[in-house]
Amino acid sequence: MSAANEAIVGRAPHGAIHVAAHGAAHGGHGSRKSYITGFLLAIALTVVPFGLVMSHSSIGTPLIIAVFALAQIGVHIVYFLHVNRSEEQRWNLMALVFTAIVVCIILGGSIWIMHNLYANMMPGIMQAPMG
Amino acid sequence: MLGKLTLAAVPYQNPIIFGAIAFMVLVALAVVGTITVLGKWKYLWTEWLTSVDHKKIGAMYLILAGVMLLRGFADAVMMRAQQALAYGPHAGYLPPEHFDQVFSAHGTIMIFFMAMPFMIGLMNCVLPLQIGARDVAFPFLNSLSLWLTVVGAMLVNLSLAVGNFARTGWLAYPPLSELHFSPGVGVDYYIWALQISGIGTTLTGVNFIATILRMRAPGMTLMRMPVFTWTALCTNILIVAAFPVLTVSLALLTLDRYLGMHFFTNSLGGDPMMYINLIWIWGHPEVYILILPAFGIFSEIIATFSGKRLFGYTSMVLATMAIALLSFLVWLHHFFTMGSGADVNAFFGITTMVIAVPTGVKIFNWLFTMYRGRVRFDSPVLWTIGFMITFVIGGMSGVLMAVPPADFVLHNSLFLVAHFHNVIIGGVVFGAMAGLTYWFPKVFGFRLNETLGKAAFWCWLVGFYVAFMPLYVLGLMGATRRMDHYDNPAWQPLFVVAAIGAAIIFCGIMLQLAQVVVSIAQRERARDPTGDPWGGRTLEWATSSPPPAYNFARIPVVRDRDAFWDMKQRGVDLKAAVYRPIHMPRNTATGFVMAVFIGLAGFAMIWHIWWLAIGGFAAAMVALVRHAFDDDRDYYVAAEEVRRTEILRGRAQLRSV
Amino acid sequence: MAIGDTTAHGGALALEPGYADNAADALRDLRPAGETIDFELEQHHDAASTAQLGFWIYLMSDCLLFAGLFATYSVLHTRTAGGPTPHGLFDLPYVLTETVFLLVSSFTCGLAMLAMGRRSRGATLAWLAVTFVLGLAFVGMEVHEFAHMVADGAGPDRSAFLSSFFTLVATHGLHVTCGLIWMAIMMALVVKKGFTPSTVSRLSCLSLFWHFLDIIWVGVFSLVYLFGVS
Repeated sequence: MSAANEAIVGRAPHGAIHVAAHGAAHGGHGSRKSYITGFLLAIALTVVPFGLVMSHSSIGTPLIIAVFALAQIGVHIVYFLHVNRSEEQRWNLMALVFTAIVVCIILGGSIWIMHNLYANMMPGIMQAPMG
Repeated sequence: MLGKLTLAAVPYQNPIIFGAIAFMVLVALAVVGTITVLGKWKYLWTEWLTSVDHKKIGAMYLILAGVMLLRGFADAVMMRAQQALAYGPHAGYLPPEHFDQVFSAHGTIMIFFMAMPFMIGLMNCVLPLQIGARDVAFPFLNSLSLWLTVVGAMLVNLSLAVGNFARTGWLAYPPLSELHFSPGVGVDYYIWALQISGIGTTLTGVNFIATILRMRAPGMTLMRMPVFTWTALCTNILIVAAFPVLTVSLALLTLDRYLGMHFFTNSLGGDPMMYINLIWIWGHPEVYILILPAFGIFSEIIATFSGKRLFGYTSMVLATMAIALLSFLVWLHHFFTMGSGADVNAFFGITTMVIAVPTGVKIFNWLFTMYRGRVRFDSPVLWTIGFMITFVIGGMSGVLMAVPPADFVLHNSLFLVAHFHNVIIGGVVFGAMAGLTYWFPKVFGFRLNETLGKAAFWCWLVGFYVAFMPLYVLGLMGATRRMDHYDNPAWQPLFVVAAIGAAIIFCGIMLQLAQVVVSIAQRERARDPTGDPWGGRTLEWATSSPPPAYNFARIPVVRDRDAFWDMKQRGVDLKAAVYRPIHMPRNTATGFVMAVFIGLAGFAMIWHIWWLAIGGFAAAMVALVRHAFDDDRDYYVAAEEVRRTEILRGRAQLRSV
Repeated sequence: MAIGDTTAHGGALALEPGYADNAADALRDLRPAGETIDFELEQHHDAASTAQLGFWIYLMSDCLLFAGLFATYSVLHTRTAGGPTPHGLFDLPYVLTETVFLLVSSFTCGLAMLAMGRRSRGATLAWLAVTFVLGLAFVGMEVHEFAHMVADGAGPDRSAFLSSFFTLVATHGLHVTCGLIWMAIMMALVVKKGFTPSTVSRLSCLSLFWHFLDIIWVGVFSLVYLFGVS
């Protein structure tokens, strides 16, 4: 096939341009450095809360554990999933933010509703929902 | 070997059910017989059952919706008849356990297998054309979604003949739906039909979001998309966000029923109220999933038939996004009376009232679009005006119930039933009918008979008011929903009026069936030769009717909203002089085959035939993996063939190049 | 130049004046100097990134599925019906070990993706194999924990707390198992077909899935195990 026709059917020349143009961002696979940094941060953010709880430390409160969890989730999102504010990741980031909002609504709303429900409808039942 | 399944599962003794089964079997045989006599099995398989073309998939969704409308309406007629007859000493003709199945099936079928397929079908037919794309992002998944939905519908229909359906209402609240109180297979039919079709719907959501975000024609920025595309985007975002919660709710109920867990049981810590919380977290966004596409349809129709650009495009977009987000903040209004208390009720009551505001914005925008326009009162416009009046009334009754103290009186009364039918029929059904009439020529190549269409509209409109206004009154008089019998004689005349209303709607449906038959018979006379029968404004009207498989021989460049109208104004020549090969996905049987196996597995789960359940699921996975390893999944339409196709459709320049 | 096009410069499909201002971003990268743009190409040229966006959206729906399960656990976890409670059941050092396995596997999955970026078949397969083994170890430890609990009379049918515990944790474990099956299939595909565009795209999706599962696990060990015991 002529080069022009090859171009039309999307083989080599355009394929190569595609890879070149999107090389670094294609799949967004980041660098060795970002994975190592992310991994070390995540390990720290895992071991510390486990240590706090296992040693029955007084700072091992639910709030602190939650903070560590959210921080580690952030580390995973940034260093492993490479979500950032770049062009390629724009929709991914928006989808993530929207999902996070709905997750908060589902979790927070359910806990608030059911907590109030138990207080009104089942007095005497010890109920201490999360958060 | 066959689990719980025995011959006793077929209700030989019950004359009503047996009559219904006999009717279904006759229709099925007639269809199979006709196809055989016409020798169309191969055609059906290669052109339709294995198709990954969004237009064909959309058409099949619409056919499913039409058939299930008839089935769901039959349930409605049965209920109206029973309630008109069964007061005081009269028991009516339907025993309670049968009546309970009827109202459960009615709701389940109408929402999941009529309204959803109708809207998804319209989106399938129209959306890729509207954004100037050749198909959706994932055509194979589209086919799988369709067949999973069909399988779900088949399971519900099968429950009529083999076993029975749930008696728990369309949401199957525990503890009634738990094994202890519903030991039969009815709730299991419900669960598996919805889980299977729910996966299909979720995949559709993913598919359409990716399509809209990634496959628009060059130049079509987000703020140049047609309003129907915007509402489709928000609808599919809602689908992806809400359906997982339905999956969880049904799955937890399944675990209770199959593995003896205690999520929603009455003992060992279970809490039925958590089910109600979860199911309505899905349930409220679900009704917005149904109504948003209808809003988009009305926007397209009113702009086209007023000959004017839609008023307030930006506010329409913002209102749609606001409705989508707010739909996640109102769900408790479905259970104000469950006991969360005044603080919680107040919050959700306020959010429920707030969500009416963006809808009001839309109504005003539609009215302002019509103002000073040259409005043509074809039947799509009649449906639209009928919608505007009816939906506003229904919305108002909803805002009334958003006030918690009022809802304490009206919850689960016939007032509630009247409200939601008001908004669903006035909004979703009228929207679906309008969209069907509007886009029918594009999908099938000829127009629907307008006289019969108008007659059908008037029957639906009048019939709706006659059928449901009495229910508002009855609700205020204290009548509760789902009653198979009542004692208060003052209610009976109103039930009789409601039954007459149902009869009028029945006439409307018959007229629509006649419309389809007559239109097909007269299709040569009603052909759409230009592809633009209504003076359309959006890109789908830039193709022939019906469009070729590849939609556009040459993807247009978009410069403004109402892209096609803009092209017509600028005198852009739509005929291509130069053709290129077009990359198209191949048809595949995998979606159909997978759905059949999953359907078998679902049936097996219902009847506890474990070997078949595992085998069916495994076979479906094998089919999927085989498909994944298949490299031969696409092909190119040669440029010469594109040119010939375009010439045949009268769309190519005739001088040779 | 188009097949069948005999006009001098493929003019019919040349860009209309002013088009460039409005073009979608993806087209900008595609325009080799002097040639006309072929619109059809642009559509399937983006197939890989469309697939990844689609998969990402599916992952968001999966997130919401887990949100439903987390909400259920949050509401029901104190309803122990006089049966076993978290304090008696959860073995934190055991869970820490599982967690480290999964986290390391996330890291090795990342290394596998880097190797794929270099198109190094051997390294990719090696790192994927390590990821697989670590993932399998995670699932094995979890199954062992469950078996132990069931044998102790703390099965999912004992109370609402245990139903929600088992369902939340096992749903995650099932996802991991599906990931392992998928990983095995992908390794077979890499061996058989090498790094075709479709294999690369699917491996990218798999790595997204794998990282996402580790994120969910962070939520699980924090909310279930650490909260439960503290």
